[in-house]
Amino acid sequence: MKSPAFDYLQADSIANAMAAYADAEGDAVYLSGGHSVVPSLALRLQAPALIVDLSRVATLSGISLEDGWLRIGAMTRHVQAITDPLIAAHAPLFSAAAPFVAHPAIRNRGTLGGSLAHADPASEFPAAALAMRAELEIASPAGLRRVPADDFFLDIYQTAIEPGEILQAIYVPPQVPGLAIGFDEIARRRGDYAMVGAAVQAVTTNGVVDDMSIALFSVGDRPTRAVSAQQALSGRRIDGASIAAAQAALADDLSPSDEPQFPAHMRMHLARVLLGRILTNLKGVA
Amino acid sequence: MKTDITLTVNGEAVRETVEPRTSLADLLRDRLRLTGTHVGCEMGSCGACLVMLDGVPVHSCLVLAVQVSGQTVSTIEGLNDSGDIADLQRNFHDRNALQCGFCTNGMIMSAQALLSDNPSPSRPEIRDALSGNYCRCTGYEAIVDAISETAMQRGAIVEPAQ
Repeated sequence: MKSPAFDYLQADSIANAMAAYADAEGDAVYLSGGHSVVPSLALRLQAPALIVDLSRVATLSGISLEDGWLRIGAMTRHVQAITDPLIAAHAPLFSAAAPFVAHPAIRNRGTLGGSLAHADPASEFPAAALAMRAELEIASPAGLRRVPADDFFLDIYQTAIEPGEILQAIYVPPQVPGLAIGFDEIARRRGDYAMVGAAVQAVTTNGVVDDMSIALFSVGDRPTRAVSAQQALSGRRIDGASIAAAQAALADDLSPSDEPQFPAHMRMHLARVLLGRILTNLKGVA
Repeated sequence: MKTDITLTVNGEAVRETVEPRTSLADLLRDRLRLTGTHVGCEMGSCGACLVMLDGVPVHSCLVLAVQVSGQTVSTIEGLNDSGDIADLQRNFHDRNALQCGFCTNGMIMSAQALLSDNPSPSRPEIRDALSGNYCRCTGYEAIVDAISETAMQRGAIVEPAQ
């Protein structure tokens, strides 16, 4: 279908964008890469009076190191997670996740910030952000604040971003020696929504896990940290026994919904299979 | 509220006045009569509307015409006239890689982008590059063959087309 009519503003600054949003009394939608917003307009799922285009706001762009943290501007395109050397070196789970995100042409246009702000529970980048313990910088009329990924994803399509606020940047903590990562998903077709997916980050010393971070997606209303599975691996070597313990612990971490064509026990089974696969193949265990 | 935009389409400067809701695809097809860009799903699923925006393929149904002011668009007509895809077109024809032809514009865009990034793709890499392009006629195999053949002819060494 064609989109309903709307007014359009190309914002030149965050302040300009937020002022326009306020003037529209909330009947406005921010546009980033447009690969979720524009389909939602074409499907007539929403019909805002105003679209505020953020794509030329300078402070939303750029990838740089700041005190060891990697700052990724929210407008960074998905494809840059594959091509950018800083992201590859300092936010490797974004690089590992990117090839699973949709298709090449979508990745040329879709943005990392847009994906996180949209918070589709089946989406890859939110889980990668959670596993890396990234922090999300949100601009509001009162100023900037940084929200840890663990507190950012609240529900399906719901985040800590309040109406009118803008996700400005993603901050990824400094990479520590001995870091190993793994990312994988199970989908019916290449590029299709995952039936279950997971992002894993481990820090090991002499093969023993110091810190384990596991985020699953497509398992509930938001990307989900598998706290019990993490505990099952903490202080242990990653071997058959500890992997089995982590797989068993997923029962305490996940409670997927029962769907007619996809029963909960099947999703739990796939989550265990996938976690086992990722842990077995974890790259870089020291 | 209509907006004036200027952009470059297939090497020519274009000035148009558009409604904000006008997609780039509709601008190309309805105003500029460049109907080689096809509109299928209008939600970024089918890939029939791909065009090159500043040199990379994007879904013209998901880009608003007002967003591309100052940018450069190449459509299938432009690529055709440039001669850059003549070998792809010939191989699609020779290998029956199109039947109804609805998807072909998008297939060519994806193929051209793939071959410029990766001159010697494997068959799985070709399939991956086409994962966002629906073809309801051919079953894809002939399309993969045509792209693989083109890569070989362009001088890259790849596994032979089947």
